[in-house]
Formats: sequence, C-alpha cells, structure tokens
Amino acid sequence: MKLTDQARHLGRWLDGTGPASDVVLSTRVRLARNLKEVTFTHRAREEQLAMVYSSVLSAVRKTPVLATSSALPMRDLSPIDRQFLVERHLISNDLADNGRLRGLLLLPDETVSVMVNEEDHLRLQALASGFQLRSAWESVNAIDDELGQDLDYAFSDELGYLTACPTNAGTGMRASVLIHLPSLVLTRQIGRVLQGITQVGLAVRGFYGEGSQIMGNFFQISNQTTLGQSERETIESLDRVTRQIIDYEQRAREELLKDARVQIEDKVWRAYGTLRHSRVISSQEVINLASAVRFGLSLQIEGLADVKTLNELLIRTQPAHMQLWAGRELEQRERNVLRAEYVRRLLGEDISNAARSN
Amino acid sequence: MQCQLCGKRPAVVHFTEIVNNKKSDHHVCEKCAEERGYHVPLLKSKFSVGDLLAGMVDQSGQGEETKVGRVQCPRCNLVYSEFKESGRLGCSECYTTFRAQLRPLLRRIHGSTKHVGKAPARDSERVALRREVQRLHEDLQRAIEHEEFENAAAIRDRIRAMEAQTSGPAAGGTS
Repeated sequence: MKLTDQARHLGRWLDGTGPASDVVLSTRVRLARNLKEVTFTHRAREEQLAMVYSSVLSAVRKTPVLATSSALPMRDLSPIDRQFLVERHLISNDLADNGRLRGLLLLPDETVSVMVNEEDHLRLQALASGFQLRSAWESVNAIDDELGQDLDYAFSDELGYLTACPTNAGTGMRASVLIHLPSLVLTRQIGRVLQGITQVGLAVRGFYGEGSQIMGNFFQISNQTTLGQSERETIESLDRVTRQIIDYEQRAREELLKDARVQIEDKVWRAYGTLRHSRVISSQEVINLASAVRFGLSLQIEGLADVKTLNELLIRTQPAHMQLWAGRELEQRERNVLRAEYVRRLLGEDISNAARSN
Repeated sequence: MQCQLCGKRPAVVHFTEIVNNKKSDHHVCEKCAEERGYHVPLLKSKFSVGDLLAGMVDQSGQGEETKVGRVQCPRCNLVYSEFKESGRLGCSECYTTFRAQLRPLLRRIHGSTKHVGKAPARDSERVALRREVQRLHEDLQRAIEHEEFENAAAIRDRIRAMEAQTSGPAAGGTS
C-alpha cells in the first residue's frame, strides 16, 4: 500500500456516520499487550524487537480480520509519511519519532490497526465514526482474542496484562471519544464539566491525545484507570458520562439559540465564508473555522458543508496531508497558500471532482 | 479577580465545593491551588506521565530510599531508581521483583490492585476457575457468619473439588 493512495481515501472512522456524530467525531479503543518472553520495548535489543515484529506479523497473517492488513515498518517511511499517520490518528508521535524497528499494521479502511514496538510490544486499536464505544470495544476485543491464541502475552492473574507503564497495567485498555463541545465553551460551562469528568476518574485531553492541545473545542475523554474494573464496566461508565455530556451540550445549545440565535448564525456563516474564500490559511485556523461550521450543522443551519466534508477538512488540511497531496515537501508559507486552495475546492460546488481526483 | 488565598496573584482556578450540602465558590491562583493540592485538569498538561509517576513513586519510597532504589530485576537488570526516573518498567518480571513498591503505587493510580477484566485466550479457563474459587471463599465466609453450617460444608466441598483442578504449577503470581 502506498501512503499517497491512503492519503486520497478517508478512513471509514472519518465518514461522519454513527450515533451522535454531530457531537462525537470518533471513538477509539486501544489495548496494550506485551510478549511474555521479551523485555519491554525501551529495554529490548534490536534483535528482540525484530523477533517481536515477526511474531506479531505471523500471528496477524493467521487472523482472518487482519489478514488483509498492510505492514508499514517505520524505517521504510519518510518523515512526511510518518507524520501523515500521526495526523490520521493511526500512530503516536512516539512511534513516528523513533528509528528503531517498529511498525504499523493497518487495514485499508483504517478501522483496525496494530502498532508494533511502541511503548508496549503491541497496541491494538479500533477506530469508529461517531459514538460507538461498544462496537469499537468488540472489534478490538475480537482481534485480541485471535492474536492471543498465537502470541504468549505477559499476564498475571493478579495484575492482568503487564505493561511498560503501570498506568496501563490490568486491562491495558484506553477507551476514548473525541467530542465537540462548542456550546459548553461559549456558555463558559466547560470548566465545570471538565472538572466533573476528572472527578469521576476520567481524563480529558486535546485533539491528538496525551500532551496535545485543546483545539477547535474538541476534547478527548478517556478512562484513566485499568485495574479494579472490567473492560465492559469501563466502557459502560465512559458511555454513561459521554451521554451526559452530550446532553449538557445540547441543553447549552438550546440556551444559546434562545438568547443569541442571530449572533451565532452570523459567527457560523462568517467562518464558512472565510473557509470558502481565503487565499492563505494555517491548519490551526482551519480547525477553528471548521469547528464553527460544525457547530452550525448541529444547529441545523441549512446550506453548509456536511459532517463528512468537515471531518475531511480537519484531517486532510494538516501539514503532512498537504504535502502528500502536493507530491512534494512544502515550506509553511507555501502550505498555507495551497491549503486555502484545497479548502476552497473541497467546499466548492463540485467537491467530488475537484480536490479528490487530484 | 485576585486569588482568595494570597490576595496577590490573579485567580485562574475557579471551582465550587459542596460540603455537607453547603455550596461555596473558590477562586485561587495557580500557585495556591498547587500548594493546597487542588487537582487542576489541563493547567499542567505539559507534564508527562513519566513525571507524574515519578512524583507519585517518590512519596512511597521515603525512608528506605537508597535501599529500595538499588533493588534490581534479575531478568532485565532494571534498578528501581531507573523506574522512578522514567516511569517505565523493564519487563514483565519487574512486576514481581518490585511487587512491594508497586502495590501502593498501583493503588494510588487505579484505586485498586486487582485485575477483574479479561484474560488471554490461553489463560482464560484457569483464571475463570480461580475467580470462581475466590467467590466461593467469600460465600463460605458469609455462610459461616450466618451460621448456615450445612451450606458452608457444601461450599467447602466445591472449593476443594475446584482447587484440586487448579493445583497446577500455574497458580498465582506472574504466569
């Protein structure tokens, strides 16, 4: 699989479908696993990492769901290719940074992937569009069961799956939803909501997970603990809290509409206008404006772009995506010009022919 | 708005506290919030998990600092002080080697030191059996407390039968 081809498609998890997709952009569940016989990645010798890589690869080939996946060794990828995978939420910055023998196994539709030799030997991940915690858990769980037939996982009866960092020991599971909360931000209730989230044992992060910034009113909410609770209980509790937050967001939205409908519509249309007519634009600005337009969609304002197109805007206008699209490395200044052009074409009348066939 | 505690710096942390149904609003600066141990989400997002962990570990190692720091894992040679610095263990065996130090740490992170989730396909039968035995032990205790001796005897028989099945080399510890 060539990444330039991959760049032209959009992962299925970005297609804007699924429950509550006007508020929840995507759902992710990942499991951390290690092989019993090998020291953890950061202390393993190169030949041990090679052993892990080949064991995982051979186990994956025997797993029906993953049999068609592509193997992408990080070493063989250019920095832009790796950055592309980070922007796509498929690998961590950590995996991208390192020159050691690490890789990604990826299904063409991006719904399921396995990072090999990241902080843990395996990081299995399921991504789904919209709010779909249970089905994401089920798909990653099924793959884990399959791989567990073949691979000898480090596991203790008492502490569960043993991971390099004790914060993941136990289930090794991190479930998260990427949620868009503009009304709570605008009505200044977000602080209280976030505080409530952390009090019930969940964590809040930015657009790209751990250590990333909050951008465009997108928040990533995930479970914090991995011991003392089964995977299903963790999923259920994140599900409950997320439902509640969606409800808060919807109530705040109604409040806003009652008090300031015209001002909000103005903000939405100005954002849309800027996206459609700008000539130089940064990816940060695209994210913020796309956030405002997405807000407009949730208010059922007619005549804007659809959710899928907005998801495309968020992901495909990022630096590595722009460069793969252009087919060469670009300076930031060039990127900002090209990005404006790309956005105009994507939001133009004939979206399907213009940008996508290029 | 000024910080309610020091009155000098601007208040950046705002929260509502409810104690015995009495609600009070607080507005404090970052420094005072930190000193009082108020948890501030996102304010300190630049910290890595490693830093936070290292901080947590430090509290637990007090007193016998040097002795504990030199404990070494026989399999991967990781020394406990290295874990304190990086927040990463070296291998699965480390969980056994540093068991005494890790238990309080895990409790602080997760509020528990007991895995109740799934087990690998290969171990799942054995784990299910072990959990069942554990549950029966609790039932037995309850039966005895309620003086239901006949019931207790029946439970004890079931436990013995099940333990006979599990008494392989794989019981407990890091399998």
